[in-house]
Amino acid sequence: MRPAAMALPKKPKSKQRRREAILFYICIAPFILGILLFQLVPMLSSLVLSFTNWDILSPPKFIGIQNYITAFTSDPNFPIILRVTFTYSLVSVPLRLAVALLLAVLLNEATRGVGFFRTAFYLPAIVSSVAAAVLWTWVLNPLYGPVSGLLGLFRITSPNWFSDPHYALWGLVLMSPWGVGGEMMIFLAGLKGIDKQLYESAELDGGGRLTKFFRITIPMLSPSLFFNLVMSIIGALQSFDTAYVISTAHAGQLGGPSKSTLFYMIYLYDRAFNGHMGYASALAWILFVIIMIITLLVVRSSSVWVYYEAERKSS
Amino acid sequence: MSTTVAPVRRTIAFYKTKKFQALSKNVVTYILLVVLSVVFLFPFFWMIESSLKTDAQIFLWPPQWIPKPVVWSNYVQAFSNPQLPFLEFFKNTMILEVGIISGKLISCVMIAYGFARLNAPGKNFWFGVLLATFMIPSAVTMIPQYIIFNYIGWVNTYLPLIVPAFFGESYAIFLMRQFFMTIPRELEEAAFMDGASTYKIIRHIIVPLSTPILAVIAVLSFKDIWNNFFQPLLYLNSKAKYTLSIGLAYFNGQYTVHMGVLMAASVVLLIPLVIVFFFAQKAFVEGITLTGLTGR
Repeated sequence: MRPAAMALPKKPKSKQRRREAILFYICIAPFILGILLFQLVPMLSSLVLSFTNWDILSPPKFIGIQNYITAFTSDPNFPIILRVTFTYSLVSVPLRLAVALLLAVLLNEATRGVGFFRTAFYLPAIVSSVAAAVLWTWVLNPLYGPVSGLLGLFRITSPNWFSDPHYALWGLVLMSPWGVGGEMMIFLAGLKGIDKQLYESAELDGGGRLTKFFRITIPMLSPSLFFNLVMSIIGALQSFDTAYVISTAHAGQLGGPSKSTLFYMIYLYDRAFNGHMGYASALAWILFVIIMIITLLVVRSSSVWVYYEAERKSS
Repeated sequence: MSTTVAPVRRTIAFYKTKKFQALSKNVVTYILLVVLSVVFLFPFFWMIESSLKTDAQIFLWPPQWIPKPVVWSNYVQAFSNPQLPFLEFFKNTMILEVGIISGKLISCVMIAYGFARLNAPGKNFWFGVLLATFMIPSAVTMIPQYIIFNYIGWVNTYLPLIVPAFFGESYAIFLMRQFFMTIPRELEEAAFMDGASTYKIIRHIIVPLSTPILAVIAVLSFKDIWNNFFQPLLYLNSKAKYTLSIGLAYFNGQYTVHMGVLMAASVVLLIPLVIVFFFAQKAFVEGITLTGLTGR
């Protein structure tokens, strides 16, 4: 890479280089400062805080790994938040990806009206989580909502979605594929990149639709799938907004009813702002480690199932 | 060729022909597309029609699909409620939009220019740091950030939300840097020979040539700020400072019974975003595929 400044011949090169280096650091100074002030210092302080019992009011006292011990052994809410968060992630992530993939495949096959359908599927993704929560609690209203009407046609009584601890989490799962437009766009871009010749030669060999889908589309799409999977998992594990809005309005308690939507981040927020900053910091670090481990596992597994055309081995 | 195909085709049953298979595949595709688009758009329809009904009409069963009569009073109520000054919330949201977007664009252009064009010892290290920041979950920085902002008295002001934007944002820096790399250097070199300063090169060459990526970043940021819930919830605690998202969530907790008013407020909250989306659809689509920002 030839720097722009080198075009000037008069000054000696070393001086020129120094000038450029200084300029570089002036340009990225806000970035370095920002990293220090808003990332590094907070990260280190939260690690330190996680070993204290700070409650904001009195000065923090060092208590070693007591917060971590409490989380894993004596806090009755800790298994609950893990169960709620993992259940939600395990069901909603595959559901979202399956819906996004279906929509993208359909859009890719359509010839007319693609713009309309793409807009229709993408539009919900720009809706804020608050508006989506408000809207879906009304759509899922057990007495006057359209879903209960639809269930009524099959003589099924609509559950009391967000006031019933058995159904609240499933209500959230049910509404999660609605905002899947972003993932759909990524799949669609991946589909557009698949060489049509692959399908043609498969057809010559007598491959049917399903064969083509599982033997060509899925492997060729695996990089997009990998990206979407990692991002969705990270997002799902940190779910907060929708559950916050719905549980406070419909169950009258954060993470309610009966802790059925007590997501990890909701509990963390609740602890932090109810005078347990130290414990909340420990929770944050446990979540960080959980996310890291899961992401690493997915990345590790990707060598088995993600297919990058560029690295295809000649065999 | 065509003369030999015609007699052969007659011997094959119609449902086995290529033409029929292509057609049936198309029919299945379109049936699914129509059904799914109805499912995806239905909540919008339900929201709009509920916002145009009185409470009595809303609680009718079976529902009136088209409100009769159409009632606008929900909108009047949503706007005239002194408890919930939505116009004020709108103004507050716009303060954040303007502050954060301008801060982000100014700082990121400068930082990205450094990464794209200037050489210095340690550059690769800092670029690695930039990539590493993608992986830091907000949970681990959130509490100390709050404590720091609380300590300097910024809680319940817009500063904790706006000021960090002036220090750059990793995704935007990365995207801009990738874009700047594609701009030919000759233009800058010529300007440099003419004695233009770095500021002038950025201002008069780089920025005008990068409007597509700047638009993508501005539009996606607009959406994210408009929809942001967590940070305003954390930092803004007096009602006069609320943004639209927080306002709607608060409204939702207070007025669950008046579904029509709540839906009217939701419609109002969505309209500006939908308008921006339709005007900048291309930027949205490009931005999503470029960044994979899934907008959660």
